[in-house]
Amino acid sequence: MRQIDPDFLALPLRQLADAALQRARELGAEFAAFRLERVRAETLRLFDARLEGSSDADDLGFAVRVVKNGTWGFAGGITLTPEAVAEVAAQAVQVAEVSAPLNREPVELAAEPVHEGVWVSLYDVDPFDVPLRDKVALLGDWSAGLLAKGVDHVSASLMQVKEQKFYADSAGTVTTQQRVRVHPSLTAMKSEGAAFDDMRTLAPPVGRGYEYLTGTGWDFPAELAELPDLLAEKLAAPSVKAGTYDLVIDPSNLWLTIHESIGHATELDRALGYEAAYAGTSFATFDQLNTLAYGSPIMNVTGDRTADHGLATVGWDDEGVQGQRFDIVRDGTLVGYQLDRRMALLKGLGRSNGCAFADSPGHTPIQRMANVSLQPAEGGPSAEELIAGVDDGIYVLGDKSWSIDMQRYNFQFTGQRFYKIENGRLAGQLRDVAYQATTTDFWRSMDAVGGPETYVLGGAFNCGKGQPGQVAPVSHGTPAARFRGVKILNTVQEGGK
Amino acid sequence: MTPQEVVERALALPGADDRVVIVDEDTTANLRFAGNTLTTNGVARGSRLTVISIAGSGTGVVSRSGVTPDQIADVVGAADRAARDAQPSEDARPLVAGEAAADWDRPAEETSIAVFRDLAPALGEAFAAAEAGGRRLYGFAEHLVNSVFVGTSTGLRRRHDQPTGRLELNAKSPDMTRSAWVGAATRDFTDVDIAALDATLAQRLEWAKRRVDLAPGRYETLLPPGAVADLMIYLYWSAGARDAFDGRTVFSKPGGGTRVGEELAKLPIDLYSDPARAGVECGGFTVSHASSRESSVFDNGFSLGQTRWIADGKLANLIQTRHSAEVTGLAETPAIDNLIMEGPAGGKSLEEMIAATERGLLLTCLWYIREVDPQTLLLTGLTRDGVYLVENGEVTGEVNNFRFNESPVDLLSRVTEVGAASQTLPREWNDYFTRTIMPPLRVPDFNMSTVSQAN
Repeated sequence: MRQIDPDFLALPLRQLADAALQRARELGAEFAAFRLERVRAETLRLFDARLEGSSDADDLGFAVRVVKNGTWGFAGGITLTPEAVAEVAAQAVQVAEVSAPLNREPVELAAEPVHEGVWVSLYDVDPFDVPLRDKVALLGDWSAGLLAKGVDHVSASLMQVKEQKFYADSAGTVTTQQRVRVHPSLTAMKSEGAAFDDMRTLAPPVGRGYEYLTGTGWDFPAELAELPDLLAEKLAAPSVKAGTYDLVIDPSNLWLTIHESIGHATELDRALGYEAAYAGTSFATFDQLNTLAYGSPIMNVTGDRTADHGLATVGWDDEGVQGQRFDIVRDGTLVGYQLDRRMALLKGLGRSNGCAFADSPGHTPIQRMANVSLQPAEGGPSAEELIAGVDDGIYVLGDKSWSIDMQRYNFQFTGQRFYKIENGRLAGQLRDVAYQATTTDFWRSMDAVGGPETYVLGGAFNCGKGQPGQVAPVSHGTPAARFRGVKILNTVQEGGK
Repeated sequence: MTPQEVVERALALPGADDRVVIVDEDTTANLRFAGNTLTTNGVARGSRLTVISIAGSGTGVVSRSGVTPDQIADVVGAADRAARDAQPSEDARPLVAGEAAADWDRPAEETSIAVFRDLAPALGEAFAAAEAGGRRLYGFAEHLVNSVFVGTSTGLRRRHDQPTGRLELNAKSPDMTRSAWVGAATRDFTDVDIAALDATLAQRLEWAKRRVDLAPGRYETLLPPGAVADLMIYLYWSAGARDAFDGRTVFSKPGGGTRVGEELAKLPIDLYSDPARAGVECGGFTVSHASSRESSVFDNGFSLGQTRWIADGKLANLIQTRHSAEVTGLAETPAIDNLIMEGPAGGKSLEEMIAATERGLLLTCLWYIREVDPQTLLLTGLTRDGVYLVENGEVTGEVNNFRFNESPVDLLSRVTEVGAASQTLPREWNDYFTRTIMPPLRVPDFNMSTVSQAN
């Protein structure tokens, strides 16, 4: 098991926390939390096997969050001395005081046991220990391989993040965590006459280290070997005929549909209206808890902050709540929401399920997504068996364009590859495909869920929410699944051509 | 140390052939509210040192926050090592030459929670009025000041202070079935009239009391300035010269090259950026923290002036680095942080355009805009917070929301009326882009692809 980097532990973490919490107490705060974090991110981009740009940035700072007279106050700073930290704690109290006249809903927090501990995510090779030239060389080799097989252009990128957090609050919780994530991606491009198209690797971002690029968790050489021929086939494929089709959706596409139509829709802050002016609300309103038929009876969805290699996996969240696994949809019915401590108490739901997160030291924690995953069917079908049950349909792989409305009803997705299904067999690729549906209609149309062998953890580094805007990494596990009677658009016709 | 001293110390250290040093000083303050009550708030301060080292034609870029004076050499050393390890940079050019600007020595500007001194009580009054009037207010106010200092080993020293303020106000009926939105972009909040904005929201919620359900289809549509801004910002972000030249975008010419010079709009529409434009002033020189398709670290300090992207309806320029300009044979026209669209002189106000409409839809804003097809720049997204039916020159009710599928480029060719431009806050993209001046547009056949049940 890896350890937290010594240079982070060498920072005067407890001394600074003590200074902040003591100052907040002196100024009358009912609750105070101190969070010091360092987020290091390196990104490199290649185009046609040449380095186009790279950046290596870190964000080191701290935040003090208080409740004073029932109102939140938050302040962030960068100077790591007890005096500066105490001053920022005083600013947080001042912010609470200035804001109090606007607050009509006193802040109270759900109880949480006191924790003290250290947690490190599962990875083997710290990507920041690998020289930049080695990473460039690997992506360059992969790109050159694609160019040698006849694609016109290749873009390649690698994003790597190491996130270190120290948290201490006035209840006595003290935690220190470190997690690592990587996202390699390559896109091949090709034109044929006036037609242009591209195809991206399906490899998802993961909570792993550099070993992900060298054979652990994904077979990049195998995927890249197929890409040029798949792209050539796509360019020559017929345009889809708009209509209604049965769909078999691969995890590489379905994770994003889960994210948008289940993940966000079951965030309690959205259901209660806290995001009404920005990210939106949710059709899954609180009065429908335990009654809403979200999907068909074979639909089971969990929220999970403990999944191995999950991008939203933590030891404790940014309110000191231990990572947990919980049900969101059971046998097709809405049974749970993602919570933070304030909302858990506000709605009488007991303990928070640990979904508070801040993306940087300068931002306040808000309710963010757990790894929300569709559970596979024990002994369920393979993708081929799902396809075999379709007479006239489409098999969807890879995510691309996505959009959903502000209450998570109406969505439209495209993908990387679409195959025509005829009489239970794949019959070549199609172009210009988008699927469009209403969330509950879509999930109620799911008539088969794949078995555990089809289950893959997809995800994203950059789920956006909140004002000021914050980004959060999150994974979504899903098996392949089959849906009946979904509306398919022809995107060229939609463009009026 | 002052930011200027950090720049000088980083430049003075030995090692690389050339160096660019950027210091960003940021202060922010924000208030967020929902259901007539405060939800979150905060102030924060940040300081970031970015060192771009050049060894031969290799570059190394290292960026660190909260750097203390004794850590500057570590950051510079890391950038120097990265430069020595790097492959030659395709965009390598001689650094922009220059000298210290007259304002170089001024300290960084700042903001604090005090910027809301007048706004907070006005919001409190608005909450009370909304409560009494059966409305719930939701929204966000943010003020951010970025002071950036750029120095190069070729002697250039430039700095810019950029205040950015935004206010979003969203009113809903208690049952959440009616919703209206207004937004304002501001430099300092002194020009924000909460009571006037709240009155607009109250009027729109009244309009929404009569509900009319319409089917998907193509409708004559009035796009208000904020919705136009969201579409044009996406067009602008998609106007990279290099991607167009490589055949990857709507601005690629079939067979090779770009569409610069082609007619995009039948009406004499101008789309341009101008760092000096009053109300939307922005930095007058390029700041690039990392090279990309549309940005080059070698261009740091490059002077920016008014740049026409579309002139008289014709595509005039694309977003360039000095390198991509050489590749494409076009003018050196880097990105600028504001966007202005204007039509023929004498354009009507939105109210006048409503009065001149026999039957059509009036939108409030667009949401969740995403690209479906880069080749046509087909975008999808939703209408949000009020689609109103206009009949015989008056708003007669509220219509259901729609999902649209439209290309802003194709749309330009179909616009039949361009109204008077005014400063506006885009809804979807105001996290990234707030400085816009846009007109309302009349589109005879906006493609509402399907109905959204969202309120």
